[in-house]
Amino acid sequence: MGSESAVTAVTHVLPYLVAAYVFLVGCYGLATSRNLIHAVGCLAVCQSATYVLLLAVGYRDGGTAPVFSDIRPGSRPVVDPVVQALTLTDVVVGATVTALLLALTVQIAKRHGTVDPDELRELRG
Amino acid sequence: MADAVVVVALLAVAGLATAAVANRDPARQALVLAVLGTALAVLFTVLQAPDVGLSQLAVGSALTPLLIMLSVRKVRRRSAHGKDSKQ
Amino acid sequence: MNPRARLWLVVLGGGGLAALLVAACLRLPAFGGPWHPYGDRAVRAALARHIANTIASVNFDQRAFDTMGEMTILFAAVLGCVVLLRQARDEHRDPPEPCEVAAPVRRYALVVLPIALVTGLYVIAHGQLSPGGGFQGGVVAATALHLMYLGADYAALERIRPVEAFEIGDALSASAYLVLGFAGVLAGGAFLANTLLPYGTFNTLSSGGTVPLLNAAIGMEVASAVVVLLARFLDQAVEIEEGSGS
Repeated sequence: MGSESAVTAVTHVLPYLVAAYVFLVGCYGLATSRNLIHAVGCLAVCQSATYVLLLAVGYRDGGTAPVFSDIRPGSRPVVDPVVQALTLTDVVVGATVTALLLALTVQIAKRHGTVDPDELRELRG
Repeated sequence: MADAVVVVALLAVAGLATAAVANRDPARQALVLAVLGTALAVLFTVLQAPDVGLSQLAVGSALTPLLIMLSVRKVRRRSAHGKDSKQ
Repeated sequence: MNPRARLWLVVLGGGGLAALLVAACLRLPAFGGPWHPYGDRAVRAALARHIANTIASVNFDQRAFDTMGEMTILFAAVLGCVVLLRQARDEHRDPPEPCEVAAPVRRYALVVLPIALVTGLYVIAHGQLSPGGGFQGGVVAATALHLMYLGADYAALERIRPVEAFEIGDALSASAYLVLGFAGVLAGGAFLANTLLPYGTFNTLSSGGTVPLLNAAIGMEVASAVVVLLARFLDQAVEIEEGSGS
């Protein structure tokens, strides 16, 4: 019984911890990146941490998706639709912002001939 | 039972995120990001968010990796071109 | 700053942030708990307006103003990409040579293209009924068009996807969203208030008042935005060369 309650305690915080871990790993990649395109990819990893956190907050045990075209309203518990709507717009808008950053990177490569942040700093100094 | 699937999906996401950051070559990273996008879509579907799963599948596993690949190609071609003209 | 000092700074700051995040995670309501006050109210409000997919109701009715902000970010990002990735004075266009595509790849791409396109449009149209909507369907429809590049070549893709038309479509759908918002004001309600049209029969395509219209506007906006973005990046990667003529 003791180990079982420990398992439930872990599953109660595991999604939040995974979100925090993914965010920190993305930040580490951003800080140590030697290539701006790789840095943009790391930023995408950071973004996905926010999706995991939001959806984890809205989950309900035994709940189903908040779509009532095939279930009778009130017949089953549903998960939180508000956080899902937030995440949904974030996914698509985040991709276009990634595209903008990549466009900036392409432009930097054209003007300075490198995408290494350290070399870029030397060029300016 | 559903809990076990959620835990597996979460661990897959954490592992793939680490792999995406550890891959220093952007072209390889784009491929890992595509797999990460698919894993996230699976996780969202398991968390009863089919709307978000669908958009993550379209964006994370197709659009973002494609944009990264195109940028890599442009930057590589540019630097190859630059070396030629210097010689 | 030398790399070693920077790494130490990252480890120190990251460690502190990690400790704070873990402390916050332990105090959050347990994962899967039954207490979702906002969610319950959103579901009730969606059902009162005859919208089967609560997420579409949150996006295009309860938080329609917020979605307008998201749409503005999208529009601004696309505008920024178009400006950054234009053809510079010291560059010239060099159309790529058409190359042979393996027959199975060609067949597969040409068979899947219409299916994927129709799937995207279906997902947009049924946004307020089943999982999906303008945001997802727009991306699916726009990326489906690019199977043409896989199946045929770049020239064929450019023929089925006139970029100027999609740029105009992007601007038109963004303004359509605003016009629908102001229509609410003219009808005596508030900006983007869903009081303009009758709510219709639950679980039919015309249910939900202005939700299907706003959803369609966003679908068109996202599809045009993704097509324009990919067109600019493909242009840069495939066609535009440095140096003014060779």
